[in-house]
Amino acid sequence: MQMKMPGGQIALGALAAALALAGCATDGAARPKAEAAAPASKPTPGKAYSRDPYPSTYKPYPGVPTLVTNVTIYDGEGGKIERGQALFADGKIVAVGQTVNAPAGVTTIDGTGKYLTPGIIDIHSHLGDYPSPGVQANSDGNEATGPVTADVWAEHSVWPQDPGFSRALANGGVTTLQILPGSANLFGGRSVVLKNVYARTVQGMKFPGAPYGLKMACGENPKRVYGSKGRQPSTRMGNIAVDRATWARAADYKRRWDKYEKDGGDPPARDIAMDTLRGVLAGEILVQNHCYRADEMAIVLDMAKEFGYHVSTFHHAVEAYKIGDLLKANGTCAAVWADWWGFKMESYDAISENLPLLENAGACAMIHSDDANGIQRLNQEVAKALAAGRRAGMQISDAQAWTWLTINPAKALGIADKTGSLKAGKMADIVLWNNDPFSVYSRPEKVWVDGALLYDANDPKRRPVSDFELGQPGSGDVK
Amino acid sequence: MKRLLLLTAAFLASPVAAQSVAITNARLVIGDGSAPIDGGTVVVRDGKIVAAGKAVAVPAGIETVDAGGRYVTPGIVAGFTRMGIIEVDGVDETNDAGANNSPFHAGIDIAPAVNPRTSSIALNRAEGITRAVVAPTTRGSIFAGQGAIIDLGADSNTVSTPRAFQFMEYGESGASAAGGSRPAALTAFRDALKSAQAFARAPGAYLDQGRDVLVNRVDAAALGAVVTGRVPLLIHVERASDMRALIALKQDFPALRMVFVGASEGWMVASELAAAKVPVIASALNDLPEAFESLAATQSNVGRMKAAGVVVGLGTINDNEARQARLEKQYAGNLVALRHVPGATGLSWDQAFAAISSVPAEAVGLSGEIGSLRPGRRGDVVIWDGDPLELSSAAIGVYVDGVKQPLGTRQSELLKRYRQPQEGALPKAYER
Repeated sequence: MQMKMPGGQIALGALAAALALAGCATDGAARPKAEAAAPASKPTPGKAYSRDPYPSTYKPYPGVPTLVTNVTIYDGEGGKIERGQALFADGKIVAVGQTVNAPAGVTTIDGTGKYLTPGIIDIHSHLGDYPSPGVQANSDGNEATGPVTADVWAEHSVWPQDPGFSRALANGGVTTLQILPGSANLFGGRSVVLKNVYARTVQGMKFPGAPYGLKMACGENPKRVYGSKGRQPSTRMGNIAVDRATWARAADYKRRWDKYEKDGGDPPARDIAMDTLRGVLAGEILVQNHCYRADEMAIVLDMAKEFGYHVSTFHHAVEAYKIGDLLKANGTCAAVWADWWGFKMESYDAISENLPLLENAGACAMIHSDDANGIQRLNQEVAKALAAGRRAGMQISDAQAWTWLTINPAKALGIADKTGSLKAGKMADIVLWNNDPFSVYSRPEKVWVDGALLYDANDPKRRPVSDFELGQPGSGDVK
Repeated sequence: MKRLLLLTAAFLASPVAAQSVAITNARLVIGDGSAPIDGGTVVVRDGKIVAAGKAVAVPAGIETVDAGGRYVTPGIVAGFTRMGIIEVDGVDETNDAGANNSPFHAGIDIAPAVNPRTSSIALNRAEGITRAVVAPTTRGSIFAGQGAIIDLGADSNTVSTPRAFQFMEYGESGASAAGGSRPAALTAFRDALKSAQAFARAPGAYLDQGRDVLVNRVDAAALGAVVTGRVPLLIHVERASDMRALIALKQDFPALRMVFVGASEGWMVASELAAAKVPVIASALNDLPEAFESLAATQSNVGRMKAAGVVVGLGTINDNEARQARLEKQYAGNLVALRHVPGATGLSWDQAFAAISSVPAEAVGLSGEIGSLRPGRRGDVVIWDGDPLELSSAAIGVYVDGVKQPLGTRQSELLKRYRQPQEGALPKAYER
């Protein structure tokens, strides 16, 4: 009976949400009906489908007003303050500066010798859809049954009990992450942006108000996966051919649904995959495009122009450094590794200076992990890339390099107004590091998400343990 | 033309014409776990270390390099790699780590396949790695074959110790290779060792056993070196209980020199590992239950094993091991960082450096040969522009067998070409 109670509440909650949505839709349909009684010159708008049928139920956990003093601050937008102060309360950043006005009784943390930064944002993660343990039963990242699976949504695969979320938080200082479908398919499906806060449901982790992304992929993976099955695409030209055919259909779908939603009439057939592509063409869903080679990225940029969409970010983009100028001109970001290379043909030309060269070219650059281990050390990955850039003669400050970890991924995800830097009014997603986070010897000491202290190295009670690890060997250990 | 000839001569001569050099004014790291020595000198003569320490005289007439107070260390010994036998992992034609359809397993010798021109050798050389343990991959048997120790010098004489060890898989991978279970893997293991003994006793009569012989002569001959302890047996194993099962085998095969690779749950059996004198080449930062055999994985694994007296160095099994040995420096640094995490167990800086130099050498029985700057070891020396475990540091001088090494790579050529992405007077293809 006790077991059933929470489940019942969830069901009720979901039902209430469904009713509310239905109610909205009914209202929307009802009003035109009333108008229809009036002179028939005005068309009757059709009934729109829900853009948010699995809404976020994330709620920030409570925090206490907190002031950190005497701390070195990277604000995430390129600014640095030595021996500065930061105040946050009610889940939001209140003020950051050399000194700030803090109310009496605020919890004060002496940050002498420590560093304060925005929480790290990983734009490319498969936590939850390729969780630990990586057994076949948990392998939910690639719907590799057809090259166009824009109908799948990563959030329907995310297992919120993945132990990897806890490592990303405690060791990596990651507070926001985008979970993507894999790259087997040209159109891999919809991504989801999560707050790195454990919840019973994926809805409970969803970043409120974050736009959706569409995962696309260039290159070797789609042509290998489908070529080996004797079907299109089996070549890079096949990749683009299927892409174009799909976008052409999407444009048609959009035209029909736009017309219906405006003018009414017979509703067009619903196509869940096309909903997503229509969202891209409408600018509501951001394209997150796996692509390694420079020449292929250039083709994708033209394809985006051909069909009227924008590529938010190329992921992996190991050859982005060859076309930094082109990326800048197109307003397209590159999310890259620091030094992964050579594991496949299209990664053969990767160099450690990719990030600094992009920065140097004025393009939008960021680090990403694509890996449950790498996500625990993104600050270190940036440190390596930064050092490589400096050895090559590029003058980039530590504070500027921090943009690769927070504000740039926030922009690429469409959430830069909410998180990604230590600016007043933004979410208090914050990491206190025990030393310079660009040193290999540093670790997160405290991590706050929306002002709630969710990791504290000094407090074993502030260390999350997923359901899967509970009662297992090493459960609750310092990992 | 003359320059070309000289270059060719140098290449031809380099395997034998090992060099002599003295590096002075160093923050000298011996690599054996001792603390750095400021104002130290290391002397390499004819390719071997002859002296290293504070009050070391520089012999007359020897080339001398002033390190300017910088770190000078033994070259990094990569504890478990597949370097030199794979160019691009995903391009089968360039991947000699394993053979899907070969009748041979333990007998496979990877040494002749090592290609000195593999681009990961140059890349890792430029990052201060001078030696690597190179293992084949298992295919269709628990045994992968005979691995080698290579040096990363820019010459054609890359394999420094062929057939240095045998590699096998146990645990989940071994079970799979043996037909589907751990008991099947252990049965195959015991049978193979007994076959090796039988073959050694009477090679000519070996096949007279008829259908009972499951191990072919080539494999049985190679396993003879294992069962008699002439070479160590590196075993990939992660789960605590699997390590116990392997240690128990020493009762029947006392000469076996087992070395555990991976060992994510090693901390749970640390005292048993220490008592059995089984060295470990660990994956430093595994902290996820990425398989059921590594549920208790924690970054404190290495520190806890070390504290219990286990000989534990670092390797990179199943971690980009064809190409990314350079990451071991970062991994070692992370183990030092753990000392400031409450409840975690890390390593001291000195221990961490040893874990990527002398300890892996010791684990494969070559500590008298490589891995430290103690007299008699090979002259593998690196000068760094900073703390070698720190992310911002780079190797600025690399010596292998006393020979100063070039530090250029394919990657440095690409950087040069694309330092400015736009084309100049001619296409990029003309810039080099």
